[in-house]
Amino acid sequence: MKAPRSLPLLATSFVFVTLYGVASALYPGFLSLQVFVNLFGDNAFLGVAALGMTLVILAGGIDLSVGAVVAFSTVFIATLVARGAHPLGAMAAAVTAATFFGAFMGWLIQAFEVPAFLVTLGGAFFARGMAFVVNRESVAIAHPFWQKAADFGIPLSPSATLPATALTFLITLGAMMIIAHRTRFGRNVYAVGGGIASARLMGLPVASTRIAVYALSGACSGLAGVVSTLYTGSGDPARAAGLELDAIASVVIGGTLLTGGVGSPAGTLMGVLIFGTIQSALVFDGRLNSWWLRIAMGGLLLLFVLFQRALSRGSALEK
Amino acid sequence: MSKPSPIRSGSRAGSLLWPAIGLVALLAGNLVFSPGFFHLEIRDGHVYGTLIDILNQGTRVMLLSLGMTLVIATGGVDLSVGSVMAVAGAVAASMVVRGSAPFGVVIAASLAVSALAGLLNGCLVVYARIQPIVATLILMVAGRGAAMLVADGQILTFEHPGFVFLGNGHFLGMPFTLTLAALALGATAWATRRTALGLFLESIGDNERAARFCGVETSRVKLFVYAFSGVCAGLAGLVAASNIKAADSSRAGEMLELDAILAVVVGGTTLTGGRFSLIGSMLGALIIQTLTTTLYNWGLPPAVAPVPKAIVILSVCLMQSPQFRERLSFARPQPKGSA
Repeated sequence: MKAPRSLPLLATSFVFVTLYGVASALYPGFLSLQVFVNLFGDNAFLGVAALGMTLVILAGGIDLSVGAVVAFSTVFIATLVARGAHPLGAMAAAVTAATFFGAFMGWLIQAFEVPAFLVTLGGAFFARGMAFVVNRESVAIAHPFWQKAADFGIPLSPSATLPATALTFLITLGAMMIIAHRTRFGRNVYAVGGGIASARLMGLPVASTRIAVYALSGACSGLAGVVSTLYTGSGDPARAAGLELDAIASVVIGGTLLTGGVGSPAGTLMGVLIFGTIQSALVFDGRLNSWWLRIAMGGLLLLFVLFQRALSRGSALEK
Repeated sequence: MSKPSPIRSGSRAGSLLWPAIGLVALLAGNLVFSPGFFHLEIRDGHVYGTLIDILNQGTRVMLLSLGMTLVIATGGVDLSVGSVMAVAGAVAASMVVRGSAPFGVVIAASLAVSALAGLLNGCLVVYARIQPIVATLILMVAGRGAAMLVADGQILTFEHPGFVFLGNGHFLGMPFTLTLAALALGATAWATRRTALGLFLESIGDNERAARFCGVETSRVKLFVYAFSGVCAGLAGLVAASNIKAADSSRAGEMLELDAILAVVVGGTTLTGGRFSLIGSMLGALIIQTLTTTLYNWGLPPAVAPVPKAIVILSVCLMQSPQFRERLSFARPQPKGSA
């Protein structure tokens, strides 16, 4: 059963390479290191949020609060900095708050067996509202340290630099891959997603694993907020509306089963890159409108869900 | 999954008690704290007042929750209703703007597109056997894009008298939307309570396999339910577009899928399927609208309103959780699922 498990990831990688190839053939200048690096930089906050979502989905849950928590994080940081806090302290405070918020939702889901999508939906309403309580308007961040962090970049070649946002994305990706594949906690996540009852019978810490997964997703959303403020230089309570949908779509297109237990953070990277490629291609084209991004993502989502369905038909994943 | 038998006397009436108490409590609070809340006046033969506003504004969620109730009764959920609203509005507005077809055809075409959208959800759930959350998520993502495609990315404004009447007109002194909602509720209630359809729905939600073995055509019933939810969303989309005399593809129906699900859950239909209550969902929709209007009346900025809404969602979910009830020492021991 090893081969079919890596098949979705291969298929996703294939789709990404094909899309990138087609775009490179159609649009001059698409095939450059900077455009490729920008795929990471421009989509870093989606990527970081989607990585957190990956763990939640692997454990058989779902987190619809992602976009709202990102918005809260950005406006929280911006407001704290505007009131004179040091940016590093503000970032730490936002990520901590988001982590605790995630843990609280996880606790509600675990302790009272309330459906995850309802609890995180409530969480989304709550976080979005609180973002507006913190500040009704978009707040610009003007702080010398912030400017330095936003301008930071690692030169890869004379014409391409790796920005801080992309770096954060890649570091989070590395951390998630280690967590998912190299730690006891990661194995517990896969086990819980594969089947809660059997995980419990095996004596695995189901409750703490499920809560931790939501806490980690909260932390990732908080971090995605940090990345978003770095990218735009401001905090906005209305930002990232619907981000959770893009994140879920990226995760699913990346080969992670929404029933849990199967998938990988590496697949999510591919999903995010596909999203980024379509978006960049639309920008390069200039004739096609942005709504094609949504239609293309919906179409890809449909394709991959059907594809996964065909793969898992007849196996124990049937639900 | 142990579920209670649907045939238990008094259970249906019992499930209506809590939402009714909630609504009465909200109204009573307003009676004390919001002067003028119950003030009604008659101008030009039409009734105006906050209560009428609540009813009028609540129709969209009421219409959505009719379809959503039936979907949830089969153990599914429909996340795409907000996007389908945008599609229906865009289709109707673009046809009206072009002015090529009579109004009846416009309405029919718009509702037919909505039904097709719902049918697509149904096919994914029934034939591809994808979980409903995922199946309807696809259209939720793509639908808004499709709506913008239809409207060419524009906010289509219109002045067509018939279309404007739909959301702003009056009938018998009351907003016409109320008549529309009442007709939709009546038709749905008749179809589910006077024919065997309601029984089929509950049997599928309780135990789909058993229902199939009993000879219920589960596939066909589920296809119908998703298509019906699409039509309800289409109607709501027409009302929403008519209200503002424009089809705004990016904002129409935004987050309303959540309100619809919330209305159904508050109304006492559990998300695991089975027993359902249309009246409960209507009460749920009214509770949400009354809450929203009350908060606005108190001067709470619309952007902050989600906070109390979230607290209501979570409390209702917790009240339905057997684990939570067990922890409350004063809660009477109750059979599972009798929320």
